[in-house]
Amino acid sequence: MKKNIKWNHYLNYIIIGALTVVFSAMSLTGTLSRLSYVLLQNISIAIILSVSLSVVVGFLGELSLGHAGFMCIGAYLGGKVSSLLLPAFGESLINVIISMAVGGILAAICGVIIGLPALRLRGDYLAIVTLAFGEIVRSIFMNSSPESFGGSFGLQTPRYDRTYLFIVGFVVVLICLAVIQNMMRSKHGRAITAIRDSEIAARATGINVTKYKLIVFTVSSFFAGVAGVLYSFTQSNVQSVNFSYNYSIEILVMVVLGGMGSINGAIISATLITFLDVQLQTILTGDLAVLQDFFYAIILIVIVIYNNAPGLKNFRDKYNFKNFTEKLFKKKNNPAHMTDDEAKWNRVPSKILVDEVLSTKIQRDPTASVKPDKEGK
Amino acid sequence: MSNTVLKIENLGITFGGLKAVQHLNLEIKEKQLYGLVGPNGAGKTTVFNMLTGVYKPTEGEFFLNGENLTGKSQELINHKGIARTFQNIRLFNNMTVIRNVLVGLHYQPEFKCGFFTSVFRLPRHFKIEKAMRERAKEILRIVGLEEERNNLSCNLPYGKQRKLEIARALATNPKLLLLDEPAAGMNPQETAELMDIVRHIRDKYNITILLIEHDMKFVSGLCDEVTVLNFGTVLAQGNTKEALNDPEVIKAYIGG
Repeated sequence: MKKNIKWNHYLNYIIIGALTVVFSAMSLTGTLSRLSYVLLQNISIAIILSVSLSVVVGFLGELSLGHAGFMCIGAYLGGKVSSLLLPAFGESLINVIISMAVGGILAAICGVIIGLPALRLRGDYLAIVTLAFGEIVRSIFMNSSPESFGGSFGLQTPRYDRTYLFIVGFVVVLICLAVIQNMMRSKHGRAITAIRDSEIAARATGINVTKYKLIVFTVSSFFAGVAGVLYSFTQSNVQSVNFSYNYSIEILVMVVLGGMGSINGAIISATLITFLDVQLQTILTGDLAVLQDFFYAIILIVIVIYNNAPGLKNFRDKYNFKNFTEKLFKKKNNPAHMTDDEAKWNRVPSKILVDEVLSTKIQRDPTASVKPDKEGK
Repeated sequence: MSNTVLKIENLGITFGGLKAVQHLNLEIKEKQLYGLVGPNGAGKTTVFNMLTGVYKPTEGEFFLNGENLTGKSQELINHKGIARTFQNIRLFNNMTVIRNVLVGLHYQPEFKCGFFTSVFRLPRHFKIEKAMRERAKEILRIVGLEEERNNLSCNLPYGKQRKLEIARALATNPKLLLLDEPAAGMNPQETAELMDIVRHIRDKYNITILLIEHDMKFVSGLCDEVTVLNFGTVLAQGNTKEALNDPEVIKAYIGG
């Protein structure tokens, strides 16, 4: 039993790690198409963003609409650092790592600076402040001088070898997962979910709410910054237009579709949505490009309806991922994955025909009493 | 002679023009079970909210073991040793029963574990998690919820949710425990059980308990002293039997 739980905990590392190994082997043998590289890079960035946002939205229960703003900070500052480091290190892995660390830390510092005043706000007000923050950051970089951050021309970043960039991306995904899952599966994670469930009770139980909100905000913005640096490496020219609030909402959509408070859900939905986005962009070109957003929206609506439609509840309960993993890891000699109580209730027929009950004739058991008893005799 | 745990001096709060509580003086001795009663809207929960730092009193002070905690933050007051339960149950609904108690254990000095210790999974993290679980189980055993520890707390029946709230407050290792209508919504048998639990907690952990309750049987069975509030002012104070039989108190309750 204990072993099973552990396997469940590490399942997502194993799957992502295995896929990374498979794809890197494919890229070494040269069987990976150009499109796949773009796809893999984008997927790794999307996973980092959605997992880091899901801590704020899903576990802390606060709405942040400024995630693209933190990413923007990471992209610009990390990209700048990497081009400054170019003479010293060239386009090497060390350069990538240093600039990712710097970008992430600077984004985290901004997270603290914004978080300190903003986290006294709750709900909608925090959403508005973070939204404004994202737009402010974007417009600062937009209006910067061409020498510093490129201004409206965009920041030129060094051209890295794209073939190994996705491997770096997935390694960062694994680190991000490890940090966030370890955090959530410790006493600190319990405190964070307690704040989500009832802030008043959490305070009365002695949880330092402000401290934990700040920690969550910092961790989340750190990884958003790192994702931003990765993004800047995949583009030869970082444009601030890409970090508008639309992008923040797109990340939020990934988190919401994956299910609030589910890290695996965030990973899966980030992968699917990015896949969808890239595929639509390649299929619908030319005049049909107008339809990209249209199909994208329709597919999202279908997913949301599928997730929430009451009519499909039985289907979802039967064929969901949790059941699938449970089946994989449950012992073979225990086929019923339910408690005795559940099993008992499942055997009760949901519908009993009234006519059938009324028309049932009580038949005497012929063996029970051979002679009908004679009254009083 | 046992020493005073909680001392309230001339405590009062006004919301705009409304004087919710005024001129409250109280003194609770160690290991005492003290009752706070009064008709609806008398200001009992407001007193609790002031004592736990939810509201800042506009006048007066209160001391826990001689330390002035007036106007301190909720977290700090909890760390100093005042824990409470809520009238409307406020559990962490999406968490299991044991995790609710584990949250209560969060700030105990013996379970101190830094953020990076947890994130990098250092040995101390595992050691502390195990010790915390043991302690949480022990606390759940006292309130009789050990069997339910892996259920979601929102799936518990009402009476058990109240007990879980007590367990969670107990986990913070308080010197003074404030129970806000602990017996509300319980049947007579559960109420009797709760009385035993409250006494047991008091004896085992040497806790002083201040409780609000409308069930007079519960109050007179447990508390040796009460304060009766009405419209924010003290109506009667002292020995439970005498205070509850005070004609003024009966008048306030029945409206005669």
